[in-house]
Amino acid sequence: MADELVLLDVHVSMFGMRVRIALAEKGIKYEYREENLANKSTLLLETNPVHKKIPVLIHNGKPICESLIIVQYIDEVWKDKSPLLPSDPYQRAQARFWADFVDKKVFDAGRKIWRTKGEELEAAKKELIDALELLEGELGDKPYFNGDTFGFLDLAFITFYSWFHTYETCGNFSIEKHCPKLIKWAKRCMERESVSKSLADPITVYEFVLMLKKKYGH
Amino acid sequence: MAEVKMFGAWGSPFSKRVEMGLKLKGVEYEYIEEDLNNKSSLLLNYNPVHKKVPVLVHNGKPIAESLIILEYIDEAWEGPDILPKDPYERANARFWAKFIDEKCMPPMWKACWSIGEERAKAKEEASEALKFLENEINGQKFFGGDTIGLVDIAANFIGYWFRIAEEIVGLELMTQDKYPNLCKWAEEYCKCSFVKENLPPKDKLADIFKGIIQAQSAPK
Repeated sequence: MADELVLLDVHVSMFGMRVRIALAEKGIKYEYREENLANKSTLLLETNPVHKKIPVLIHNGKPICESLIIVQYIDEVWKDKSPLLPSDPYQRAQARFWADFVDKKVFDAGRKIWRTKGEELEAAKKELIDALELLEGELGDKPYFNGDTFGFLDLAFITFYSWFHTYETCGNFSIEKHCPKLIKWAKRCMERESVSKSLADPITVYEFVLMLKKKYGH
Repeated sequence: MAEVKMFGAWGSPFSKRVEMGLKLKGVEYEYIEEDLNNKSSLLLNYNPVHKKVPVLVHNGKPIAESLIILEYIDEAWEGPDILPKDPYERANARFWAKFIDEKCMPPMWKACWSIGEERAKAKEEASEALKFLENEINGQKFFGGDTIGLVDIAANFIGYWFRIAEEIVGLELMTQDKYPNLCKWAEEYCKCSFVKENLPPKDKLADIFKGIIQAQSAPK
């Protein structure tokens, strides 16, 4: 019986993009459904009653929620193709640690940048730059966070690259100035088809944020 | 020979999670108690990013964040499974462990130590979150099924710490009539000999909690 996969997602979501990249890396076919977060579908509310958020991957009728949990699920089910997590337990723990760091520090700081002004905005900028510098330190001189090959942590973080333009424009600063190695790494990742086809265009992301700012008066 | 060290704090549920994981696998380890008001340079060296406990150090290599450490323990050592083997069930276990950390613990803790409207709001948030757990445990002895698993270990705060704090502050949140399944789970959980060995003494915790109340009501 062929696998049936449905992904409930939003084009500009850096979390949804992670799942798209993972599915592309494994060469898995799926049905993509764009959600309108102002008018969530019954399917979304039924498959993710706890958080009511995207992404949700529905595999043969069974839903999996939370982007990093979904990516690990994909890696474990389709384990014979393009492994995403390293095989060594210590390296796996490190990859999970830094992916968790991205979720906690990069996302929160980035969000504050486009939602605040003045002192709050400046504090958020500092928070983001500090987090990005730590990540750049973790990358070191490796081509990828995962080493010589693209892996879990690269996947978890590269999706935020589509949001850099938005952070930079709203915050009036340059990420490349602070973290040139990160930008080099991002461009290297963008050469992969799974990444370039899964990431939203930075202009599209920015226009989406402008729409939200107008709507909610940020 | 493998060298395993663990930096923890006796009263921290996160710290106790890791000890539970290590004991479940029968791993011998050296425990180092940290004074959270005066963190050792060793701890800060091993966890420069968050500067927190617990930290597990295996053959000189540190791992931080309790849930990540538990997955590491599960993968690095043989013994009873902490996570299930089936990928869908693993995803489910990770989901609920994360839910406990992000949606249950913060409002539950806040509800204990706030007053007035802040307390009411936190209590409401915690109530909603606990309802999901109540449904999830329905018909099972433990979240992990017949035996303790990742989610049960993650829920140690709910099963023990919170019940003590709740009683002291008179919160009445996780009541028998509203959460019969959770209360039954908590009872089974704390009766479990294995769990009992990994809980801080009730009177010592109670003293800490009473101390928090006193500090709050002290004249400023």
